[in-house]
Amino acid sequence: MQTSHRTLLAKLLALAVAMFLFAVFVLPPLYDLFCEITGIGGRTDGKYEAVEVQVDTSRQVEVQFVAANNAEMPWKFYPMEYSVVVYPGETRAVNFFAHNTTGEDMVAQAIPNVLPNNAADYFHKTECFCFENQPLAAGDQAELGLVFIIDPDLPDSVNTVTLSYTLFDITDRTELSVSQIQ
Amino acid sequence: MLKKAQALFLRSLGATLALVYVGGANAESAASQLNMPQGVTEVSQAAYDIHMIMMWICTVIGIAVFGFMFYVMYAHRKSRGAVAENFHENLLVELLWTIVPAIILIVMAIPATTALLKVYDTENADIDIKVTGYQWKWQYEYLGEDVKYMSELRTPQDEIYGREPKGEHYLREVTEPLVLPAGKKVRFLITGNDVIHSWWVPDFGVKRDAVPGLFTSAWAKTDKPGTYVGECTELCGSGHAFMPVVVEVKEQAEYDQWLAGKKAAAAEYASTIGKEWTFDELMVKGEEVYNRSCAGCHAVNGEGIPGIFPALKNSVIALGPVVEHLRVVVDGIEGSAMQSFADQLSEVDIAAVIHYERNAWGNDVGDITQPIDVLNYKQAK
Amino acid sequence: MAHGPATLADGWVKYISRWIFTTNHKDIGTLYLWFSFAMFILGGSFAMIIRAELFQPGMQLIKPEFFNQMTTMHGLVMVFGAIMPAFVGLANWLIPMMIGAPDMALPRMNNLSFWILPFAFAILVATLFMEGGGPNFGWTFYAPLSTTYAPDTVNYFIFGVHIMGASSIMGSINIIATVMNMRAPGMTYMKMPMFVWTWLITAFLLVAVMPVLAGAVTMMLMDINFGTSFFDAAGGGDPVLFQHVFWFFGHPEVYIIILPAFGVVSQIIPTFSRKPLFGYSSMVYATASIAFMSFIVWAHHMFTVGMPIAGELYFMYATMLIAVPTGVKVFNWITTMYKGSLTFETPMLFSIAFVILFTFGGFTGLMLSIAAADIQYHDTYFVVAHFHYVMVAGAVFSGTAAVYYWLPKWCGKMYDETMGKVQFWIAFIGFNITFMPQHFLGLAGMPRRYADYGLQFADWNMVSSIGAFMYGAAQILFLFNVVRTITYGKPVDKPEVWEGAEGLEWTVPTPAPYHTFEKPPQVQ
Repeated sequence: MQTSHRTLLAKLLALAVAMFLFAVFVLPPLYDLFCEITGIGGRTDGKYEAVEVQVDTSRQVEVQFVAANNAEMPWKFYPMEYSVVVYPGETRAVNFFAHNTTGEDMVAQAIPNVLPNNAADYFHKTECFCFENQPLAAGDQAELGLVFIIDPDLPDSVNTVTLSYTLFDITDRTELSVSQIQ
Repeated sequence: MLKKAQALFLRSLGATLALVYVGGANAESAASQLNMPQGVTEVSQAAYDIHMIMMWICTVIGIAVFGFMFYVMYAHRKSRGAVAENFHENLLVELLWTIVPAIILIVMAIPATTALLKVYDTENADIDIKVTGYQWKWQYEYLGEDVKYMSELRTPQDEIYGREPKGEHYLREVTEPLVLPAGKKVRFLITGNDVIHSWWVPDFGVKRDAVPGLFTSAWAKTDKPGTYVGECTELCGSGHAFMPVVVEVKEQAEYDQWLAGKKAAAAEYASTIGKEWTFDELMVKGEEVYNRSCAGCHAVNGEGIPGIFPALKNSVIALGPVVEHLRVVVDGIEGSAMQSFADQLSEVDIAAVIHYERNAWGNDVGDITQPIDVLNYKQAK
Repeated sequence: MAHGPATLADGWVKYISRWIFTTNHKDIGTLYLWFSFAMFILGGSFAMIIRAELFQPGMQLIKPEFFNQMTTMHGLVMVFGAIMPAFVGLANWLIPMMIGAPDMALPRMNNLSFWILPFAFAILVATLFMEGGGPNFGWTFYAPLSTTYAPDTVNYFIFGVHIMGASSIMGSINIIATVMNMRAPGMTYMKMPMFVWTWLITAFLLVAVMPVLAGAVTMMLMDINFGTSFFDAAGGGDPVLFQHVFWFFGHPEVYIIILPAFGVVSQIIPTFSRKPLFGYSSMVYATASIAFMSFIVWAHHMFTVGMPIAGELYFMYATMLIAVPTGVKVFNWITTMYKGSLTFETPMLFSIAFVILFTFGGFTGLMLSIAAADIQYHDTYFVVAHFHYVMVAGAVFSGTAAVYYWLPKWCGKMYDETMGKVQFWIAFIGFNITFMPQHFLGLAGMPRRYADYGLQFADWNMVSSIGAFMYGAAQILFLFNVVRTITYGKPVDKPEVWEGAEGLEWTVPTPAPYHTFEKPPQVQ
């Protein structure tokens, strides 16, 4: 092969490898930075560090709780209260009931969802059982806690916020890291 | 020859369009086979209206453009002696037919926007219904009322496979329809249990995907009691065409009565769970449950589909220890299409179907599984 | 080879080697065209099975599991095996001749681009015979139906898609390099034939979005086999992400399918009008606008997934706007015909049918873009009708027109005009009987991908199935016409086969010699 071709080949190979390394090592931190700066894309459901807010007593918001089981997840899982009424800025705690009715130890993951879409950014969870895996031994029950605050900046058009959890069976995948779950 | 063909084409086009408009005008009648229904809610009416506006505009533009084209094909043919001119550019004309359509589109966008705003207005609902799509049925839960049930296709497999004549409500009948009160705003919270489904009721103008792991929302409010049929509209596996949506809207008083009845039935069921069923009673019930909820995959004769859905006839599980059989039906098999039926079938139904599977098709295990056994399994430590 | 390409007279070994190792753009074009026709018949057979089952309500012939495999494979084979390779075949045959170049820029890569396709499709079709059956999740393969709930053969499906994508990417690179570097002296960009322009723009679209498809399909592979959770909510992923990634590819994909078809029609209509294409520069700019806009409208395929209203409104407006440049093109074609001197040979019949029926499909597309109405159209037969109007009466009719138009140049024989016209009318009528009723079915409430349906949909389904068989018969007649022309057609020996045809390909002898423009021509 001609020397100039050989050099070109070497340069192109090096470029391909560099692109690959860039994609694996440089892109993820860049994405994280981008998401942090713009606030979009999937970080709104992380643990919220509460700041001092004025409770807005001029309006009330109904917060409904809905539970769902994904396929092959046979636990009993439901909210202890169907809905509560809160003031924006007020801290409130509620519980969900979970019961592993099978004869095996299992681990679950609850995935949250907020409706309507434009309320999602204003629903802050300071403590949530959805932040971690939930292990339950065979036959065990548990009351799972959630502490939340509705941001006073919640758009005026929203009077009802629905928080739903879908419970998944992740017994076979427990090395999963769940600190930043959407 | 071409002229005749053109005339024929235009006449057929005209006839078809006439049919469509007639159909549109009588949208509630049998002619709705041609056009979208107007439906019974504000949203369905808005969808219909914008659909008709768009169709009219496109028809007018189409007639103008194709009419001109047919004229050109007639008047400028070589066989008529036409001699080709040579022009090939005209800036004014190009600008006009860029700007005028753009203006028409902007005008169309206004009613299109108001219609969409209606679709998204889920605030201030009177009732919330959680709709869950399963392979291959729906579950409806009346949030805050503790009423929850599955709604499955009721048409027998025999009708589908041509062994029985098809009934009037072929593929439009379910075990238990969703019941709603007239005059109240209903919000639907929709999710999927396994794969993506989609809940559609044309007469309500509601279609929302049922995605596993998240919830979507829609709303409907109608003053017209009646039965409204819809479909699953996202490919979800082999039963996609076999999970219709049936909604019954009742007057408020009738609805209240129905809801009270559901709650009473649930209470009564809980209190009679200890009843001892006979072998034959369980076989009859089991066959009914099996043909409705299991035969879609495992086949009426228990032989399944090789390589896809295991046979139950002569199977290790059906012939083996009951507790393993319970485990499969109640807990499901992780990573497969066999779901957990704990939430979908009552203890009576599960006991009956397990009993049937263990004793039908020559399996003849001879044991009896009672509903209380299923309850105990579920609560076992 | 000094004495020309190997023929059967040189023996089987030499003949087969010629076709396996060829780097000649004409040979490779021929390979693509025959391959695409075989795939068209295969995909068409799947459609015949579908329509036969849907002839009456109930399951008569096949089970729902197999029905889902048929609808999936029909889509995959038609999109990736029939339409795309057909237009790549046309590109290979025509682009070098149209720009006065001796061959494509990268002839060996050209050969590779073709030969990996039969390999990929052999694997894909073989899955139908494997345990668990072939892909059954729709050609759009949404997760989690295509990940957690997929049959075991899904990995072969992914492999096949990767290979098809590689073929398209390599082909596109070739086209871009050829068009940018090898035009004859004097042929500026704004003097190129429209077919070359549309392919140049399409090639850029392909290079941009095929990697996105590869990404989607690789994430699927990871989720299925390596425990990742791109599309699995349990692990923090999202099934809707799949839809966004897929449709970011999927929407430009449909423009990839139609733009070369536009190019073909822009060549044929001026010939049979004996008049230059009206508004050449507008046509170029309109094509480029359509291509650019195709990137920013993808979520109109997802109007019922629960997008926030702002997003839904944006995608609605952007999609509506694509009607503007598309309309400009339709007006330009009609104005080309206006005050021309028209004759209606078979290529012209197909092209005129294209203009009418594609525009009709464009109207239903505009209706679909209205999100509030799409609530009632989405995932119903209304959508199926729409895309068959634009893809069959659009792309396929255009491809058929192209074959009738250029076949004499390729093989030196003229097709029988009466047989061509007969084939046209059977295809035109059969097509409309098949797909017009599907609009009604969709509006009346029949969803797509349904193996069975309620009794209220029975009449139109029966009509549609009858039309489908008629349309299928027309394709067999097309094959017959083509083969008869190549073997027994009346010889044509003048370069300008059609009165009024313009372009460098009409200056070379008929049939086109194995090597053309070995010396570049000077273009005025």
